[in-house]
This record gives sequence, structure tokens and C-alpha cells, in this order.
Amino acid sequence: MALTKEKMISRLQTQAGLSKQESRAVVERVLDIIKDTLASGEDLLISGFGKFSVRRKNARRGRNPQTKENLILRARKVVVFKTSGVLRNRINGQRSQ
Amino acid sequence: MNKSQLIEALARHENLTLKKAEMVVNAMFENMADALVQNERIEIRGFGSFKVKYYNGYKGRNPKTGDIIEVGGKKLPFFKVGKELSERVDHQKT
Repeated sequence: MALTKEKMISRLQTQAGLSKQESRAVVERVLDIIKDTLASGEDLLISGFGKFSVRRKNARRGRNPQTKENLILRARKVVVFKTSGVLRNRINGQRSQ
Repeated sequence: MNKSQLIEALARHENLTLKKAEMVVNAMFENMADALVQNERIEIRGFGSFKVKYYNGYKGRNPKTGDIIEVGGKKLPFFKVGKELSERVDHQKT
């Protein structure tokens, strides 16, 4: 039972007193802004939740574990997420540190 | 970008008051945080998914004093980036 985009839309609808259409528009917009920001290489810091950052990975030699083939993984950019201390403590059942 | 800049951008794009945009952004992240606190997964297509993972405790050392310390097990959210976002961040991908 995962939290999906549809569930986020219907929850926000009630919480913010929006129509379904409006709720869908703002959820999509927030996600678009976040994706555009990360695509431009900029980090996103949401206090109380966590930080999304774009990290550069150097090229390295890798191996396909199935075929045991050696291959070269090219340099690439990836998104990493670091949970905020506040959320980490909440998940572990502590108020704060 | 931080949360207030995200709120400003949302207000601008959707013609919302700053107050309303702030309320919306806070509610969205609170809903996500609450899901994780309840051990629930989050799945947002094109963006990514979050799942709470349990990490076992281990014996560590205080690097300053050399004392052996017990590090307890903990739960941490793990974020798996979605296909669309991952491709957009890594432009050269083919």
C-alpha cells in the first residue's frame, strides 16, 4: 500500500481545500519544478525532509555479473537523497536529538 | 533551491498566493514524511520511490579515543531515482 501520486493528489485536495483538478495541477507543478531544478544540476533542500543532490560519478571499470563481461561505465550524473535529521529521528521513533 | 524558493516558484507558476503555495508544499512533504514514518513506500512515477530500509547495528570505534562503541540498528529512507528524472539529470545518456 504505497503512497502514489494519485493518493497525494486526493489527500492534498482535502487538506488544501482544492478541486481535484487544482490539486492535480499543483502536485504536477511541484514535481516539475523539482525535476527541472535537479536536471539543471542544482540541489534541492527541503528542511525537515531531506536534501536531493546531483552527484558526478567518475568513469570506472565494471562487470556484468551475469555474463562476467568486463565493461567501462562512463562518467555520469546521479541523484542522491540524504534524509534530514528531523525525519530520521521521527522514523526511528525519537522526538529530536 | 530550498523550500521557500520552491514555494515562490509554485506560487508564480500556478498563480497562488505565497500563503497558499506554502500550505500546499508543506502538506505535500508532510504527507510524504508521514508515509515513511508509518513504514509505507512512496512511488511517484517519473520522479522516484522511497522505501524505509533497516540497517543492522554494529560495533564501531570512537576514532578520537579508540573506545569500542555499540552502534544500534536504525531505519533510513532509501530513494531510488525514477527513469525520467535519472535520464534528464544525466543528459548524455543514450
